[in-house]
Amino acid sequence: MEILVCIKQVPGTSKIEVDPITGVLKRDGVDSKMNPYDLYAIETALRIKEQKGGTIKVISMGPPQAKEIIKEAFMMGADEGALVSDRKFAGADVLATAYTISQGVLKMGKFDLILCGKQTTDGDTAQVGPEMAEYLGIPHIANVLKIIELKEKSVVVEMDMPNTLEIAEIQFPCLLTVEKDIFQPRLPSYRKKVSTKDREIKIISLKDFEDQDEKRYGLTGSPTQVERIFPPSVNNDRETWTGTGAQLSFKMSEKLKQLKFV
Amino acid sequence: MSKLICHQENVNESNIQELMDVCPFDAIENNNGIIEINAGCKMCKICVKKGPKGVMEFIEEKVVEVDKDLWKGIGVYVDHVEGEIHPVTMELIGKAKELAAVVNFPVYCVFIGHNITEKAKELLYYGVDEVFVYDYEELNDFRIEPYTAAFEDFVNKIKPSSLLVGATTIGRSLAPRVSARFRTGLTADCTVLEMKENTDLVQIRPAFGGNIMAQIICPNTRPQMSTVRYKVMNAPEKQCEPSGKITICELDRTKLTSKIDVLKITKKEVEENISDAEVIIAVGRALKSEKDMAMIQELADLLDAQIAGTRPLVESGWINAKKQIGLSGRTVKPKLIITLGISGAVQFAAGMNSSERIFAINKDPNASIFNVAHYGIVGDIYEIVPQLIEDIKNSNAQICAR
Ligand SMILES: Cc1cc2nc3c(=O)[nH]c(=O)nc-3n(C[C@H](O)[C@H](O)[C@H](O)COP(=O)(O)OP(=O)(O)OC[C@H]3O[C@@H](n4cnc5c(N)ncnc54)[C@H](O)[C@@H]3O)c2cc1C
Ligand SMILES: Cc1cc2nc3c(=O)[nH]c(=O)nc-3n(C[C@H](O)[C@H](O)[C@H](O)COP(=O)(O)OP(=O)(O)OC[C@H]3O[C@@H](n4cnc5c(N)ncnc54)[C@H](O)[C@@H]3O)c2cc1C
Ligand code: SF4
Repeated sequence: MEILVCIKQVPGTSKIEVDPITGVLKRDGVDSKMNPYDLYAIETALRIKEQKGGTIKVISMGPPQAKEIIKEAFMMGADEGALVSDRKFAGADVLATAYTISQGVLKMGKFDLILCGKQTTDGDTAQVGPEMAEYLGIPHIANVLKIIELKEKSVVVEMDMPNTLEIAEIQFPCLLTVEKDIFQPRLPSYRKKVSTKDREIKIISLKDFEDQDEKRYGLTGSPTQVERIFPPSVNNDRETWTGTGAQLSFKMSEKLKQLKFV
Repeated sequence: MSKLICHQENVNESNIQELMDVCPFDAIENNNGIIEINAGCKMCKICVKKGPKGVMEFIEEKVVEVDKDLWKGIGVYVDHVEGEIHPVTMELIGKAKELAAVVNFPVYCVFIGHNITEKAKELLYYGVDEVFVYDYEELNDFRIEPYTAAFEDFVNKIKPSSLLVGATTIGRSLAPRVSARFRTGLTADCTVLEMKENTDLVQIRPAFGGNIMAQIICPNTRPQMSTVRYKVMNAPEKQCEPSGKITICELDRTKLTSKIDVLKITKKEVEENISDAEVIIAVGRALKSEKDMAMIQELADLLDAQIAGTRPLVESGWINAKKQIGLSGRTVKPKLIITLGISGAVQFAAGMNSSERIFAINKDPNASIFNVAHYGIVGDIYEIVPQLIEDIKNSNAQICAR
């Protein structure tokens, strides 16, 4: 089995604040870490490899510092890793990100299975996986809760649907985005840290891609534009109501209706 | 291609640190006095606006815009499993009608499934202009390739300017696939949508786990796409008479093949965990006897709520220990919490004071729960709750004047 796991580096905390006046993100020394949801994807890959053999590669798109999370994946047991990185990729939205990663994937080889986390803790769109699958021309299943059975040419999974759980069989090659708790992620091992410390991390940049049309990457390749960012408004209204039981209950049911709880 | 450039000649000892500090993404590097922008740059342009004057410049290249006049109407994806329409669909229809009114667009639905033609009629009671139905056996289960193919066909035929999709697990899987196929933008989990005169959709969404809000537009491509969560928008009143029409769409069946087989579907068991609950009814020592829990249960059922309580209630054995809110219980952050006869001791309040909407009923006007409640209701739970149950039940009745 050839498995690829997509991992992203995110800010160390989600307690990012925006200055309400200037609209600037306050960073107060935020460090970075691997997107926690991607740990589940790596763990899923490791479990599959334990059963089926093969290799696990990881890919990340990001700045040079994102090598750190690839090293972390090595410490968990991934075999190879590449970083897709180029100044020209800056400012990418989901569409450009998914296209960029899928170009990188083509450079890394052929895969039976591509695994993504359910979402990230920063951009938080959960869209990169399905968009990559479209660009790679393979089927995908999102929100996978369980791997039920691994077959020769397919995998049977349980997926989360709005009101139901569904068991589905999907043929390789395919892409899955996995839910939190699909498997408990293992901790990075010190032994592996030592043994992989000199392992090469390939850097893939625009000049390595098949499609080198700059218009498809970075800010220019991004149809969405973030116009502004601002802090959420908090509901600090306080009201006190008095009256008879009938008045109060009526007022309350009206309010609940207005707030769409009824 | 738009570019961010650095005027090195204006960089000096005195402003170089300021420049590096202004970038929230650590993307500006000092390489022996030469400024380099690394791949971490998000093109947020903060360095241009807030950095030292004259150093960073952003040169925008005009991108080819689509001809927006060719794209008309607002499409709503009908979210369903086995023909059972998810209520987020009606909410999106409500929003679509508001947006459409600004630019005088029609509102369309696209309904993809099997044996759904009859069910499509239901949508005509909510004021849509046309429902496009793709009804094929291959579309019985949600499988990504045939669903994307049907959606693609709809977009190609109708050319809607905007598409709204419910942010359910189906919508969040399907919408990105469609957006990549049309190489267009998709904004996730929008909480506010507004239509501009030029048909651009202004989309606002939370990111970073709700800690910041982003306003996003998609000015150069069509269709512009958004996903929206359930219970964010308002469903329109159901009309007494249907309006609009249903159009059955034909699709080349070779496009409906899939590499996925759905083997088994089971109804989800609702897992009762108050930490994930969206609506909570919390009860306190005001409850006189265990049999009064029946009244609380009835209210909870009407509001789709979970029941939780204070420590004394757990100690009395009327509710399970897992349902205790507070310092020695669970922390909850629901969209709505209604506390019934709870004094609001700090040990309790600490576990619930970041809830989005707090209603508190207590007969003591000085109870400290009123310091954390958004709506403080001074009264007796035994008078208010039974009446409230009646009021809510009645509010579901439909009024059709003929
Ligand atoms: C406040 C804010 C709001 C935004 N809103 C939108 C929006 O609504 N629409 C939009 O198109 N863009 C948006 N963007 C831009 C978007 O966040 C980035 O393009 C980002 O790269 C997309 O990924 P995500 O973090 O949402 O990933 P998700 O789609 O949530 O990630 C899912 C999985 O994809 C994989 N993955 C994601 N990114 C990478 C990567 N860089 N390398 C390797 N694997 C990866 C991982 O397995 C991850 O678990 C927004 C950005 C900001 C700052
Ligand atoms: C170390 C420590 C940890 C604790 N941890 C927790 C914890 O995790 N969770 C927790 O809940 N508590 C905890 N407690 C207990 C806490 O201090 C309070 O004693 C408890 O929360 C009070 O519960 P209550 O509001 O239900 O009861 P009371 O304080 O007795 O309040 C009952 C309220 O109901 C009102 N009332 C009475 N009848 C009616 C009526 N008919 N209609 C309307 N209102 C009426 C009264 O005015 C009163 O305000 C802890 C205490 C300690 C010391
Ligand atoms: S555009 Fe934003 S991310 Fe890029 S260098 Fe300037 S401040 Fe940093």
